[in-house]
Amino acid sequence: MNVDWPWPWLGRNLDKIAEATGEHLFLALLPVLVGLVVSLPLGWAASRWPAVRLVLVPLAGVLYTIPSLALITLVPLIMGTKIIDPLNVQVPLAIYTIALLVRSVTDALLAVPGDVLAAANAVGFRPTKRFVAVELPLAIPVIVAGLRVATVSAMSLTSVGALIGIGGLGSLITEGFKRNNAVEMVVAIALILVIALVIDALLLFVGRMITPWTRARQGASK
Amino acid sequence: MIEFQAVTKKYPDGTVAVDSLDLAVEAGQITVFVGPSGCGKTTSLRMINRMIDPTSGTILLDGKDIRESDPPLLRRGIGYVIQHAGLFPHRTVLDNVATVPLLIGKSRREARARATELLELVGLPVEFGKRYPAQLSGGQQQRVGVARALAADPPVLLMDEPFSAVDPIVRDDLQQQLLRLQSELDKTIVFVTHDIDEAIKLGDRVAVFRVGGRLAQFATPSELLAKPADDFVSSFVGRDRGYRALGFLTASGVPIGPLATVRTGTSAGAARAALSGGWAVVVDESNRPLGWVSADQLSSVDTADTLGAGQLVSGGSLYEVDGDSSGTAGSLRNALDSALSSPAGLGIAVDGAGAVAGGVQADAVLAALAEARRSGQVPA
Repeated sequence: MNVDWPWPWLGRNLDKIAEATGEHLFLALLPVLVGLVVSLPLGWAASRWPAVRLVLVPLAGVLYTIPSLALITLVPLIMGTKIIDPLNVQVPLAIYTIALLVRSVTDALLAVPGDVLAAANAVGFRPTKRFVAVELPLAIPVIVAGLRVATVSAMSLTSVGALIGIGGLGSLITEGFKRNNAVEMVVAIALILVIALVIDALLLFVGRMITPWTRARQGASK
Repeated sequence: MIEFQAVTKKYPDGTVAVDSLDLAVEAGQITVFVGPSGCGKTTSLRMINRMIDPTSGTILLDGKDIRESDPPLLRRGIGYVIQHAGLFPHRTVLDNVATVPLLIGKSRREARARATELLELVGLPVEFGKRYPAQLSGGQQQRVGVARALAADPPVLLMDEPFSAVDPIVRDDLQQQLLRLQSELDKTIVFVTHDIDEAIKLGDRVAVFRVGGRLAQFATPSELLAKPADDFVSSFVGRDRGYRALGFLTASGVPIGPLATVRTGTSAGAARAALSGGWAVVVDESNRPLGWVSADQLSSVDTADTLGAGQLVSGGSLYEVDGDSSGTAGSLRNALDSALSSPAGLGIAVDGAGAVAGGVQADAVLAALAEARRSGQVPA
């Protein structure tokens, strides 16, 4: 194997790496955000009506089992997008995110204690206000846990897009493979890992910041 | 006033939770709904703020059919306290209490100021306002629940088994506090419980429900104990209802007899001379009772020795002569219990300051009861 030693290659390609990283983040995070926004009303509906739950939750499970490569190659056929359109990667990622989060949101909302809901009704909350002011905040810890899984898996799944020519850091892996450039591959893999870990830690931190009551329990006095 | 007119709640599966209920809850009083589980007491309560809608019949709140009110608006005008307090775990205690003022459009500052007032009213330190519900004990959470229900100063308060999940001592505290609050606030309170003792203690009027959602009796606590409408009510009210009924009669007619007392620090010889019927009450400098001393005990003590804590037999309950007429203090029940629980067979009567006023005999209590019957104080 023809090994181009790291420092010269890295120095020459910093721009390229930065661009690939930006692209990777855009490809991975936008679908997660869209997935979250779509999952909230779906999860709300599933938690509210058992009939909806009976359809949505198993459907989400099935969607998640479709192999990513299959989904990525199917999307252009179904949506009629051009072969190098970023949507070809982003739509499958959004689907995976929704598949994960619908379940989380549903479970989180169903776990809100009945007496808290009864109390919310009894003090005179209207349904929408109750959802925003009581149910959603109480669901945050479980939703954030789901979001962390979704984000990390989106970071790694995005690389698969390189196989159809859209890949962010994934394209560095395929390129490095074709050119026998181990450094390029290692750098790309390491970056994907580090970014995934950083975003995961960030979500954990933000999740804790916006749910101070979950830490109050430890100081409970009986 | 809250009026139930032929109110029935029937579920699709055919269960009748409430069966043509006619009942009027008087304004400014505590009305207790009591009965075994499945008797429709909670369903009846929840129909008042439209958490449940009746199948047929009408409920009037101050003369107005509640069906004409928008449920969320109706509920903001009715305080509601539930069993486990149902506090919002993600909001601080202060924000929990401020919930309804905020919903009815008060500014955040006004709502928090009001919430602070209420924490004081229910006897919680203001610093608790910053805590989350999980950092409070069950009894404290329940107080916050009451504060939240009172925050918008609603004329009506619904309480759904609010004190049943706390331990007996805390429950007693919370009950006393409710009575104290009510004497200041004069709310129209509907209180649901399965505990007949709680019903009798708190209720101005008590509605006893039977399984199947039928009202068995609606009466004052003393009427309920003295004249249960039927076998169901009498068995529900319990075996010692005759004894408990004494709690509603004042003991003002019970004669107080002399009681032998010895000052603490007296010599055993002097104490022996003071005994009456083999017993004397040992009192402190202010004449407050410390315990009993008997001939038996003194026989083993040297005459010159002074009385010490070792010779004291702890006494029974005390009976307060000029007792607070709102509580059970000063009732025939207290007088009789003081006599029955005393090791000497003679109850200690004390005055408002806690000093010994004299002795009460069980016979005298029973004689006073007979007199009360003759004069018609006891419903016959």
